[in-house]
Amino acid sequence: MRAYVETSGKGPTMSTEITVTVNGTAHTEAVEPRLLLAHFLRDVLDLTGTHVGCDTSQCGACTVHLNGEAVKSCTVFAVQANGAEVTTIEGLADGDTYSNVQQGFWDEHGLQCGFCTPGMIMTSEALLKQNPNPSEEEIRAGIAGNYCRCTGYQNIVNAIGAAAKAGK
Amino acid sequence: MAVATFGESVKRTEDPRLITGRGKYVDDVRLTGMAHLAFVRSTYGHANIKSIKTSAARNAPGVIAVFTGADLQEELGGLPVGWMLPDLKQPPHPPLAYETVRYLGDAVAVIVADSAYQANDAVELVEVDYEVLPAVVNGEEATKDGAPQLHEEAPNNIGFDWEVGGGDYAEAIKDPDVIVVKERIVNQRLIPNSMETRGVVADYDVGKGNITLYTSTQIPHLVKLLFSLVTGWPEQKVRVIAPDVGGGFGSKLYLYAEEVVAGIVARQVKRPVKWIESRSEAYVSTAHGRDHICDAEIAGKKDGEIIGIKVDLYANLGAYLSTFAPLIPTYLFGLMLGGVYKMPNIDCKVHGVFTNTTPVDAYRGAGRPEAAYLVERMVSRFAQEIGRDPIVVRRKNMLQAHKNGREVTTGVMYDSGDYKGNLNKALEIFDYKQFRADQRAARRDGKLLGVGIATYIEICGMAPSAVASSLGAGAGLWESSNVRVHPTGKATIYIGTSPHGQGHETTMAQLVSSELGIPIEDIEVLHGDTDQGQFGTGTFGSRSLAVGGAALFNSLQKVKAKTHRLASHLLEADPKFVTFSNGTFAVEDIADKTLTIQEVAGQAYAAANLPDGMEPGLEEVSFFDPQNFAWPNGTHICVVEIEQDTGKVEVQRYVAVDDFGNVLNPMIVDGMTHGGVAQGIGQALSEQAVYTDDGQLLSGSLMDYALPSADMFPMMELDRTVSPSPSNPIGVKGAGEAGTIAASPAVMNAVVDALAHLGVKHMDMPATSEKVWRAIQDAKEAQRAARATARAAK
Repeated sequence: MRAYVETSGKGPTMSTEITVTVNGTAHTEAVEPRLLLAHFLRDVLDLTGTHVGCDTSQCGACTVHLNGEAVKSCTVFAVQANGAEVTTIEGLADGDTYSNVQQGFWDEHGLQCGFCTPGMIMTSEALLKQNPNPSEEEIRAGIAGNYCRCTGYQNIVNAIGAAAKAGK
Repeated sequence: MAVATFGESVKRTEDPRLITGRGKYVDDVRLTGMAHLAFVRSTYGHANIKSIKTSAARNAPGVIAVFTGADLQEELGGLPVGWMLPDLKQPPHPPLAYETVRYLGDAVAVIVADSAYQANDAVELVEVDYEVLPAVVNGEEATKDGAPQLHEEAPNNIGFDWEVGGGDYAEAIKDPDVIVVKERIVNQRLIPNSMETRGVVADYDVGKGNITLYTSTQIPHLVKLLFSLVTGWPEQKVRVIAPDVGGGFGSKLYLYAEEVVAGIVARQVKRPVKWIESRSEAYVSTAHGRDHICDAEIAGKKDGEIIGIKVDLYANLGAYLSTFAPLIPTYLFGLMLGGVYKMPNIDCKVHGVFTNTTPVDAYRGAGRPEAAYLVERMVSRFAQEIGRDPIVVRRKNMLQAHKNGREVTTGVMYDSGDYKGNLNKALEIFDYKQFRADQRAARRDGKLLGVGIATYIEICGMAPSAVASSLGAGAGLWESSNVRVHPTGKATIYIGTSPHGQGHETTMAQLVSSELGIPIEDIEVLHGDTDQGQFGTGTFGSRSLAVGGAALFNSLQKVKAKTHRLASHLLEADPKFVTFSNGTFAVEDIADKTLTIQEVAGQAYAAANLPDGMEPGLEEVSFFDPQNFAWPNGTHICVVEIEQDTGKVEVQRYVAVDDFGNVLNPMIVDGMTHGGVAQGIGQALSEQAVYTDDGQLLSGSLMDYALPSADMFPMMELDRTVSPSPSNPIGVKGAGEAGTIAASPAVMNAVVDALAHLGVKHMDMPATSEKVWRAIQDAKEAQRAARATARAAK
């Protein structure tokens, strides 16, 4: 076990022990209560696929699944995930087989710089779970909480449409 | 995968790592002993620093050191300007302010701590005592008598006065038949908002005295050069790495204060340091774009002939000169004021003005969107004034198609294009006649429907170095490439430009594959590491393929020439009769005499049987400096519907016909066009940076700024014409910025068209619901007043 916050001899930092199952593996760590789940994943577990694109819970780049639901992991404290199951972008593919959404993003050129992509894919996965056959309008509304600055969203919409088709 | 061809939509080789969370961006760099930086930034638009108390911060948990601007004044030097203009005022630009802060977010101190949380905690403990000064944020107001002054070097806050033109506008409008239409056009300030903010990791090698900067940049080689010039750090001891970069759009095209500070602080504390910009920080500390206030005139005759355009522009520079700031509102704007039209008389004056705002520099399109918006808005405005169809007026004034150079009024030489061809194709896809009928019907039903046309041409593929240098460039603008074919026939390619979403790894490999017949999976494209690859100027101005791709193409021709000679020698055949296709050399008419390029590469390294005088190995380098810029052009058509009761504008249809010259990977080019158009629509309908008069930024988050989300756009309909560019050997023009350039005038022309029957003639961007609703109410009120006046007159 290791503490998240190193100190420089100026006094210890309070920490709480939590156990979180991430992509099927249980991790027990001592963390500061204020540590965000996004930083727990990135900095404690070294799962850097979850990206942080803002500090106001607006961009959606940090979206992961918490007990099966899409959440912005910058808006959840790590301690709130104690005992929970978390899936990140790293846990989506089955070995070398991409999920339909991942494959759709590749086939339809649904990404350019790739920074919003992990969050966008995790949101899309949750969208298709709720609505396996969404219309274009429903897709656009479903991803309106995730910003992308490169694609104009067109090929993201196409990618999600392709994933829905593949899922039938 | 297999051998790729030019013009094929090859799926991106970058994507497998990016869709699985295995990309490596700056924030993913972890080094042993790495400390974290956080900046203390000005909370005022303009203030003198009376004192900075850092003792509480120094004693906070985890804090290693705190440096103020005064502490590091000598080591940090001043940030450079990379583009000169005659009489340009260059006030000092310290990376950390030490006497005066001149914009909200100007950094005054930096914290070094064990963790990012601790560094940010300590920021709150630094007490800065400010003497608040009057501020000015508006580029025109700042030049007036009595306005607050930012720099003693720049009286009246004027950084430069610049002009360009051609013909004689003043003389031409003396003709009594000429109608002059005037409009004040504001091109609002934008904030680029790449999804990955900026960030830097500085790794100081205590033993060797070397510094490595991992930085989210579009220009690793220039960051290295400029960092070395600014700090005096020997260039051979500076390495800059741009890892995966999460978007840039121009905003990562400069040497930034934080890059310099991180390098110097790493040396001070003898530990690697990381700084990751928060989004809130990005809103004030990363360069903004646009911000023009312009008095424009267009002059023409009743029959639709346009005789000229006049522009008097206040270009807001922000508080300091960012690296390329002087270039953007001058050459990249003024030279484009003829658009795709004959435009025989052009008179353009530009005043670059310092204000208490974040520095302004290139943002996607950089000067060209401002020019295209102005020209296209004014052409439509003129058509409305003389009561003619905007398409008729455009067609009447368009340049004829040309294939190899056409000099225009501003003195530049457009390379190739079929401007009417673009317009015709767009109209064909769109069905303009049908739309006008639908529009009349919609108006009868009380619906507001409008169509906007925008044509454009843009200057990119930068640049002929000698031309750029004569205009003020501080660096050559060529590109280079290195093609190394290994003994096994696989290849490593080094390029000088590096991507931030454009897919260089795919397109450059595709070019190699199509030329050499090597399967695409056997080709590795390296970029972005100054110790590893070729020098290059960077990725901006839609130049990577037009300049860097051309450099690569030339290296590939050298590889082909050498392997052809070697293969002929090995096949014991006259080179005249040795053909090369799909990676195989063959002797004409002799079926079994063949060698693959992989076999020839092996022989080049085995060196057992080389022709006389041939050196062993198979590696070629080329530098390419174009003779002219490349000039993409096109026609975009947009349809909007406006909700009467709310003023909400919805883009219903968007058609784009672009001439990007030859297209290497259509899928990638289409994707860039989508993104560009979306940014243009964003400017037209929602985005704007808003400052209070005292320099506070009101639009300081993604939602306050109104960054467009997916529900704002229709499916765009794209098509192309192809006029290969004579400026480079592969005939490409560049596609990164076109969409942004064409989209904002197309949308705004549509908005005004939807309201034209109410008497609306112009509206500044963004066409928010409130602004449109007010315009509708004002127009209706004016109509009521006019009717009342008419009744009274009876």
